[in-house]
Amino acid sequence: MKIKNFNLGLGGFLSNNPKLGNFLPQAVTLFAIIFIIGFFTFNAQTNMDTRGIDFGFGFLKQESSFDIQFSLIDYDGSYSYARAYLVGLLNTLLVSIIGIFFATVLGVVVGISRLSSNYLISKLAEIYVEIFRNIPLLLQIFFWYFAALRALPLPKEAISFFDVSFLTIKGFFVPKLVWTNFSVLFYSLVAAIVSIVFIYIYGKRKQEATGQRIPVFLISVGLLLILPLVVSFLGRVGLDFEIPSLVQHSETIFNFKGGINIIPELMALALALSLYTATFIAECVRAGIMGVTKGQKEAAASIGLTPGQILRLVVMPQALRIIIPPTTNQYLNLTKNSSLAAAIAYPDLVLVFAGTAMMQTGRAIEIVSITMLTYLSLSIAISIFMNWYNKKIAIKEK
Amino acid sequence: MIKNLTLLKPNKESLNLYISLGTIFFVLGIADVTFNIFEFLPIWISFFVPLAFCFLGLHLIRVEFSGNKKLDSLNKNINSNWFNAILTIFAIFLLIKSIPPMLDWLFFDANFVGSKKEDCTGDGACWVFINVWFERLIYGLYPINEIWRINAAFIGLILTVGLAFFVSAKIKKYVLIFLIFVYPFIMISLISGGNFGLEWVETNAWGGLALTFIISIFALTFCFPVGLFLALGRRSSYPVIRYASIGFIEFWRGVPLITVLFMASVMFPMFLPEDTYMDKLVRVVIAITLFESAYMAEVVRGGLQALPRGQYDAGKSLGMGYWRMHLLVIMPQALKLVIPGIANTFLALVKDTPLILVVGLLELIGMIDMAKTNPKWLGFAAEGYVFAGFVFWIICYAMSRYSISLERKYKTDR
Amino acid sequence: MSRAIIQMKDVNKWFGDFQVLKDINLEVVEKQKIVVCGPSGSGKSTLIRCINRLEEHQKGQIIVDGNELSEKTKDIEKIRAEVGMVFQQFNLFPHLSILDNCTLAPIWVKKTPKKQAEELGMKQLEKVQIADQAFKFPGQLSGGQQQRAALARALCMEPKIMLFDEPTSALDPEMIKEVLDAMVNLAKAGMTMIVVTHEMGFAKEVADEVVFMDEGMIVERAKTKEFFANPKSERTKLFLSQIL
Repeated sequence: MKIKNFNLGLGGFLSNNPKLGNFLPQAVTLFAIIFIIGFFTFNAQTNMDTRGIDFGFGFLKQESSFDIQFSLIDYDGSYSYARAYLVGLLNTLLVSIIGIFFATVLGVVVGISRLSSNYLISKLAEIYVEIFRNIPLLLQIFFWYFAALRALPLPKEAISFFDVSFLTIKGFFVPKLVWTNFSVLFYSLVAAIVSIVFIYIYGKRKQEATGQRIPVFLISVGLLLILPLVVSFLGRVGLDFEIPSLVQHSETIFNFKGGINIIPELMALALALSLYTATFIAECVRAGIMGVTKGQKEAAASIGLTPGQILRLVVMPQALRIIIPPTTNQYLNLTKNSSLAAAIAYPDLVLVFAGTAMMQTGRAIEIVSITMLTYLSLSIAISIFMNWYNKKIAIKEK
Repeated sequence: MIKNLTLLKPNKESLNLYISLGTIFFVLGIADVTFNIFEFLPIWISFFVPLAFCFLGLHLIRVEFSGNKKLDSLNKNINSNWFNAILTIFAIFLLIKSIPPMLDWLFFDANFVGSKKEDCTGDGACWVFINVWFERLIYGLYPINEIWRINAAFIGLILTVGLAFFVSAKIKKYVLIFLIFVYPFIMISLISGGNFGLEWVETNAWGGLALTFIISIFALTFCFPVGLFLALGRRSSYPVIRYASIGFIEFWRGVPLITVLFMASVMFPMFLPEDTYMDKLVRVVIAITLFESAYMAEVVRGGLQALPRGQYDAGKSLGMGYWRMHLLVIMPQALKLVIPGIANTFLALVKDTPLILVVGLLELIGMIDMAKTNPKWLGFAAEGYVFAGFVFWIICYAMSRYSISLERKYKTDR
Repeated sequence: MSRAIIQMKDVNKWFGDFQVLKDINLEVVEKQKIVVCGPSGSGKSTLIRCINRLEEHQKGQIIVDGNELSEKTKDIEKIRAEVGMVFQQFNLFPHLSILDNCTLAPIWVKKTPKKQAEELGMKQLEKVQIADQAFKFPGQLSGGQQQRAALARALCMEPKIMLFDEPTSALDPEMIKEVLDAMVNLAKAGMTMIVVTHEMGFAKEVADEVVFMDEGMIVERAKTKEFFANPKSERTKLFLSQIL
């Protein structure tokens, strides 16, 4: 949508000199931008000179000398700041993926419930959405962390799940999986997935040629379950569980040793993120399902499709087109919101890098820039992907 | 199989028999969940007994088109088939198990009166905590005897907004201009003082709910015009302006607010000339404004895109220039289209204000943090957060309801 | 002697408290073309939607091609495959091309191989003269073209009965003719048709009988000539005077 008439009251002059009229506003803007950036850079340089700080990224190789409470990869104080950045990034991705998973499941369930003909169910879903949507996320995180999870018992009286997992105020202790010959299992899974793809293609070709369908879904499930099992048995893949056990540190202090500890910070963050984002996803799902008109379902029924076929071939394709773009946006929001971890000391990217590392090295500009750049890259990557996806599946109109 | 047992299949003839039987079973099931009357049975059976009883009860009263209006609407809504019946039963059990303990904690076992921690004797919530800290929670660390200034500023705001509603259209324009361009500065000078014999109160002392409102009002007021301009810039035909706008918008939308606040409080001072100092609160408000304006820009852009080309064509053919056309024709329509989006952005802004506590500004939630770590009042995190949640919920829910009514009012359908 | 392909005996239907069909008795014979007309709210749409069970009747019997429609009916889809329907709002599937709209049911319901289904689809699209639009999407077609595509889609299942629910009511005037022409061709080819419409010109040209409904009841039913020349009931006369 091009608007060429830039009428500022210099009206006559600019419209009589169209080349100038196009050129002038842009030149002005460009100069303004350059001026502002130059102004800031100059000040930054002067300030850093006066304080004797230099600018550079060499600090990333230095030893970090601080510990991180929770890490997916090996890490301690002797590793570099760059490694600390990686740990923070992985923690951010971890909580984001967990949050996305549960938010999606809950969001879909609640979204569908809101459309249920059962008055109780739809009302309950509505109340859930209205409550959790209108309370700030930070507040929800605080509530779970400082109030709800603080009510969990001490390790001595832990809530136990079949005696292998223990829920306590110090965290959720679950068994650690210790694999031997994991690569064999991994490759068998890959092989199963590849064969599923081939079976799918074969099934589609067969249907096009003869109209007959083979049970692709059942075969896929069977392959996925049986193939890895058989290969694991033959390839001597072993699985051991390291079960957390209660250890007495002193007269009153007990704790669990071994296994994996899902720290309360992670639990609180994941819980709050899921419950909060699920409300938005529920609304997206609801809009998607409502967006498929009744007439579509009736038309599909009138040509003899079964309810399952109607859902799969007519309703879901249209509903998903409405649901997916805003839902992806919510996933992005969830990932950005995971930065609130800083408020409850979950070691995500912001806390580890833009918090602890920055306090220790004082390199505010470099660190904040790197952090912002990380999130920015993620957002832009997802944006580009979404744009491509939307163009590809867009329902064509005149 | 159940259908073949005609005894168990409810029919219209013996309606009353089935209703009474069904109700008895249902009530028995509910009673078990509430009062555990079947406790004496072994644990596996007693777990399923209420479910089975209620299910049977609902099955017996499921008579289609019984003629009894209430029964029919009940059946249609929550008992239309066995799946729905099970959902209903679970929902009811959930409510029975969760609502009474919540009410107990919130009201029946709670302490409302008192002035010290020891006054909280019951098992329930200690609302004394909120009572005692109330002023701090609302006004932050503002000096107590100057609180009238904050009250005056907000009452003035409400009166002026009220005035704008009841005045004729001609004067309304001036009232609105006054409200948007002049009153904020009056508010600020009143609250910070330093002039007219009022005592100076530094911004670090501002806090509590008042600070939440101050930040929200400022950010709301300014992010709207900035967002508008960004949206126009993004659709501009001048490449420089367009790409500058896109870059600006995508930057603010791509980073979390927390990093923006860190940037404002830690990084930004480095970019200012030596020896100049910009108040932290001012920096934070600017940061939040710019951040939200990017989202506002996207919302407004949606409206501009949804407007049919014909409107632009009509404006141009009437000889209107760019600015006049946008002011008189395009913007009013585009904005009406995206009222929900605008309201959502405002709502998000209000929900984002608590983040300022990570840079040391204590609005409502920050004050609750401070209160709950006070040595004399440890352990009341739950009460504090429930209170804050309640306050925020009221504000946000009211805003979303208002936006829905606005949308209805302005639905000049195309 | 042709047999009755649709039989409706004492059919009653309620929407909650409101009775929308009252004691409907209707028999349609193979290859017969029936036009159903009447004021809005008279139950005409509901009547034909009961025939392919998009709506369920509470009392009475509906027998379609020898199969009774009731709650106990298994495989309602099989019956629906024999009964085609054209809707007022077209209801083409926007995410599929026109050709895919037509081949969807043959492939998934009748298990026709893709190539055969596409040949059948192109044949039907040619009959309604939009074969050149086969690879476009519904959003790219005009109203008249969409409705003709919807007709082709229904015909791809080779149904025995075709139901039309006000097929031209949502069309701009200049497009009504192209759709009516397609329907006339279909009638001439011998299809059993029940058409709910206000287009009396079409009725006069093609219908064997006209049914007039008002307030849920069949008020009058007569052979076309007789119906227009000599309407018996006052209500029929009133209605005809309003629309002719």
